[in-house]
Amino acid sequence: MTAQTDPTGKKLGMWLFLYTEIVLFGGLFVLYAVYFAGYTDDFIAGAKELDLFFGVVNTIVLLISSFCVAAGITAVQKAHNRIALAGLWGALACGAVFLVNKYIEWGHKFEHGIYPGSDRLADGPAGQNLFFGLYFVITGLHGLHIIIGMTLLAVSLVLVTRQKITAQNNAMLDNSGLYWHLVDLIWIFIFPLFYLVV
Amino acid sequence: MASESHIIEYKTLGLTLAALLVLTGVTVGAASIDLGWVNVWIALMIASVKAGFVLLVFMHMRWEGRTLQWSFLATVLFLAIMIGFIFWDVAFR
Repeated sequence: MTAQTDPTGKKLGMWLFLYTEIVLFGGLFVLYAVYFAGYTDDFIAGAKELDLFFGVVNTIVLLISSFCVAAGITAVQKAHNRIALAGLWGALACGAVFLVNKYIEWGHKFEHGIYPGSDRLADGPAGQNLFFGLYFVITGLHGLHIIIGMTLLAVSLVLVTRQKITAQNNAMLDNSGLYWHLVDLIWIFIFPLFYLVV
Repeated sequence: MASESHIIEYKTLGLTLAALLVLTGVTVGAASIDLGWVNVWIALMIASVKAGFVLLVFMHMRWEGRTLQWSFLATVLFLAIMIGFIFWDVAFR
């Protein structure tokens, strides 16, 4: 009755997908780097408008969430079910905090007339328009990944509760974890590029 | 494959988190000192170290087999080629 499973193959498949994600964000970072080289002063002026506080808090929140997921995977492998559930709930809570911060942060920018195609950006210096264009595209795409990652973690959480993810069969959780860590890894580069180039 | 059954201890994960949080503090601190263009490179170097921790421990790349480790390096190599050629192109326009 036991179905054939291939955890190595599942993991390799996930990594192949993650490689495409790395190249996707890598391409956007190259775009950033080229324009940064051309409009350094405008980019620095743009970065000064971003709130470092939100950047730091979101970095810490994502690092903690990654730890929670990794600890959750260890817990599943050791059959510590309650710790596993706590880890996944913790990671989901961190993801929610991240999104709320992003909402507040974007809201502030909108209030100040900074949004794609706004008059202020269109009439202002070209470099700042590029900076905020990249800011909204890159953090927006990253935010979308956070939502997808949270969905995967939520599904894993349900499966752990139903004992469908166990110490013997945890490829779904493992791969959701890999996705979540990659989203964290990308943020590790977004943070200095947008918040620290001041 | 030994990597299949490798379980990372909670303590290892906790220490990794601690290192990542300390490095976040270091990068924020380093950014507050004005060193001109050097700042960007310091920030990227610290980010790479942090990414290394996430990749090696949280994503358990350290304990994976050669297929994953080499294919990851190949991805980074291709990314480097893309970045290198684009800058080469932009620099000599």
